[in-house]
Formats: sequence, structure tokens, C-alpha cells
Amino acid sequence: MYEALTALSDLSVLAFEPPGWGAVLLAGLINSMYIAFGGYALGMVIGLLGASGKLYGGVVTRDLLEVYTTVVRAVPELVLILILYYAGTEALNAVLIRIGIGQVDISGLVAGIVVIGVVLGAYLTEVIRGAIKAVPGGEIEAGRSYGMGPFQIFRRIIFPAMLPHALPGLGNYWLTTTKDTALLAVVGFTELTLATRQAAGATKHYMTFFLAAGAIYLTVSILSGIVIKIIEARFGRGLVRPT
Amino acid sequence: MMSDTTTVQSTAVVDVAKRVNWFMPHRVIMMLVAAGLVILAATTMRWDWIPQYQNQLLVGIGRTLALLFSSAIVGMLFAIPLGLAQVTGPRPLGWLAAGFCGIIRGTPLLLQLWLLYYGLGSILAANPDFRKEYPEIFYYIRQAWPYGFLALMLSFAAYEGEVMRGAFKGVPRGELEAAKSYGMGRWTMFRRIWLPRALHRALPTLTGDTVLQLKSTPLVATITVVDAYGVISKVRQATYLTYEPLLLLALIYMILTGIMVVAFRYFENMVPSKR
Repeated sequence: MYEALTALSDLSVLAFEPPGWGAVLLAGLINSMYIAFGGYALGMVIGLLGASGKLYGGVVTRDLLEVYTTVVRAVPELVLILILYYAGTEALNAVLIRIGIGQVDISGLVAGIVVIGVVLGAYLTEVIRGAIKAVPGGEIEAGRSYGMGPFQIFRRIIFPAMLPHALPGLGNYWLTTTKDTALLAVVGFTELTLATRQAAGATKHYMTFFLAAGAIYLTVSILSGIVIKIIEARFGRGLVRPT
Repeated sequence: MMSDTTTVQSTAVVDVAKRVNWFMPHRVIMMLVAAGLVILAATTMRWDWIPQYQNQLLVGIGRTLALLFSSAIVGMLFAIPLGLAQVTGPRPLGWLAAGFCGIIRGTPLLLQLWLLYYGLGSILAANPDFRKEYPEIFYYIRQAWPYGFLALMLSFAAYEGEVMRGAFKGVPRGELEAAKSYGMGRWTMFRRIWLPRALHRALPTLTGDTVLQLKSTPLVATITVVDAYGVISKVRQATYLTYEPLLLLALIYMILTGIMVVAFRYFENMVPSKR
């Protein structure tokens, strides 16, 4: 036990120069952040389209989107990531070969972004749908009576008016996304968690590295929390909040 | 999960509307397409491995459910004091509880799991004195599932601790003052009014989070606990199949989620609610 504690106080393994593994962890963090930002952006696009489709689309669109959100939210993220990561790339290549383009090599980064985006899209669809429903119908009618087209109404009225309602949910799912990127470690993508495990396995300083990675994730989520608070205050002006 | 505040009457109306719309032409076509896909999958894909693995799979599902319910129940027992300490406890205790919830909620569960198993586990297992002194405990420490249980339990405790904090805060002051004016002691008041009212308020969130907990359980397979996901991983390694085992696994989780949602709705309806 004593040896383990002295090993914990040896922080030289975290140094940036090659005998230390700090640079490896930093590269892992950068990869995690790429996936989180990319996946979140894609999830936002899917969420906006999905919410619009669910609210304003035809019966078929609505039912198909219902199947998408229900299935994605009922299956564990880890299983979805495996299905999309392995089966998805294989299916894409099968289709590409069939139409004569030939096999492509999909980078782990792109696959990770798509996987996180598709999963997140289902959750954000529900968040944004609820927020749009909270926009008073009269405001939309007012826009229509001014002669605005549907896209103008969405851009000028619905989107800014739904934003304060959506922000708490969007903020929560941003925090979820930063942590979900860790799941890509299971499919072998070198983000922060897998980089940590590799560093820990190589040096046998398991506790030091996992605690360091935990501190990094915690810093990311605390900083995100501060930014989310600022954004919420900025866009929540004029919104009457029930106390 | 989000719109749990709708009244009984309005949900009834929605139910009727859904029943009327269920067999619209496009839905019939969608169901036929879905049935066609199922038949296509059943006939063209390989499922001959199922009989060989079905017993292992059932054991794996049992292990998944055992982990889920044990971690949720024990986690809930920790969540109540965690929430209470933040609302009414002495300041330092409240900070400690808030810090615990913040740290667990701010880091990925996978990392916590690996920290416990590879970090704590290796330290404990490498300790010869400990092995001699407590051979009974050492027997468990060498296995993987205690770490899986511990990680899942701590995670559930932290998330529900936050939920319980909000729920304890949300109980109207007047009800507690009424109890006090009846001469109830603090413990009686907590047991009879505060806790039941808080649990009642937290119920919809708790049921939703238990489903989320089910979806966290497959992570334990990464530390060699053979749950439903672990069995499917073994199948994939043994048969080199890409789609089939994963599709079956997704189906298993969808069925489990469906059963849990229906069961929880049944229990929620049994609790009289008038808000």
C-alpha cells in the first residue's frame, strides 16, 4: 500500500518530454474535443431537422423520426457506437463497391463524429421539439401576418424564441457528449481515456494517470458549466422564469 | 420522460387519438416494410450460433439485470443522505456531498470504472499483507464484478443525489411547518412528510434515470464482467460476425427498456398523485 502511495506522488510520468506521457494525454484530449465539437455540431443539425420534421412534417416523416428517436434512446450508447462504427463503415463500403466507387478508408475521427452526432441527434430532436412547442402560437401568427415565409419565420421568430427554452437541455447534452467521447475508447479510437489507459499500462502508474485524466475531464466540464451559464444568461434575457 | 406533468385526463385523450390513428395506410405500409426487413434478416443472415450461446446469453442478461437493480437500490440509499446533506446538513458535509456529486458527474463512467479496476484493483491485489490477513475479502477483490458494481452504484448515487437535492428543496415549507406545529420531532417529520413527499416528486426522474442506468451497464464488460454485452462480444470474437450479434443485442436492450418503461408507468399510476 505504501509503495502505491509513493508511486502516486511521482508526477514525473506526467511530464511533457518523452519519458513522460503528458503530450500523449494532451493529444488524446484534443482528439476528444474534436469528436465532442464535431459530434455536437452534427447532432444540432440533426436535432433541428428532426424537431422541424416531427412538428411540421407529414405523417410519414413524423413516424420515421419517432422510430429513430425511440430506437436510439432505448439502446445503450456503447452498443450504438459499435453498430455504427463497425457495421456502419462496412455497410457504407458495401454500398460504395456496389455502385462502383470502390472501398474508402474512413478515419476514426470522422466515424467518431458521425457516431456521436447520430446518437446525440435523437436526444437533441426531443429537446428542440419541446422548446419549439413552448413558443407561443401568436408570435408565429404575427410573423405570418407580416408576410414572412416559413424559413423567415423560423430564422427570425421560432429559433430565437425557442433558444432560452432549449438551452438548459442543450447544455446538459453538451456535458453528456464530452463524457460520451470516452466510449470511443472501446472501439480503439485514441481519445483521452484510451490514451490514459495506454500510458497507465506502459508505466504501471495506473492511479496517477486515471486521476490525472479525471482531473482533465472535470476541468472541461467545470469550464463548460461556466460558459453554459454565461450563454444562458445572455439568451435568457426577458424570459420570465418560474422560481 | 420529459412531459411527466401532463394530467391524467390529457394523457387519456392522447391515448385515444393514438389508438384511432394506429392503422393509417402509411403505417400499415411501414409495418409491412419492417416485417419484410425482419424476414429478410431472419432468412439471409446467420443466426445458427444462437442455440449454442443461448444459455450463456440468458445468464448474461440475468447478470445485467442483477447489476442494474443492485446498483440502483444501493445507490439510492446513498443518494438520500447525499441530497439531504446538501439541503439541510451542516455546511462542510453539504460541500462534501456537492463535491462528490460534481466529481462523479463531471467525469466519464468508463474512466471511473477503469480507475477502480486497474488502479485500485491492482494496488489491492498487489498487497501481500492484505492477502494473508483477509483471505475472504481478497477472494472478491480478485474478481471484476465488485468494481463494476461499485462504479455503477457510485454513479447512480451521484446523479440521484442531485435529483434528491432538488426534490427535498421542492417540498413546500408549509407542509413541514404544519408537521412541526403538530409537535413532530425532526426524525418523525423526515420519515412521515419530507422523505415521502420528496420521493414522490422525484419518481418520474428516478424511473427515467433507472433506464439510463440500464444503458450504462454494458461498460462493465470492458473490465471482463460477462453481462449480456460481454456474451455478445464473445460471440463476435468466436464467429467473426459483424451485424448479427449486435442487432440481437440492440433488440435485447430495446425489449428490456420497453418492459421497464411499462412497469414503471404501472407503478407510477399506482401512487396517488394530486399536485
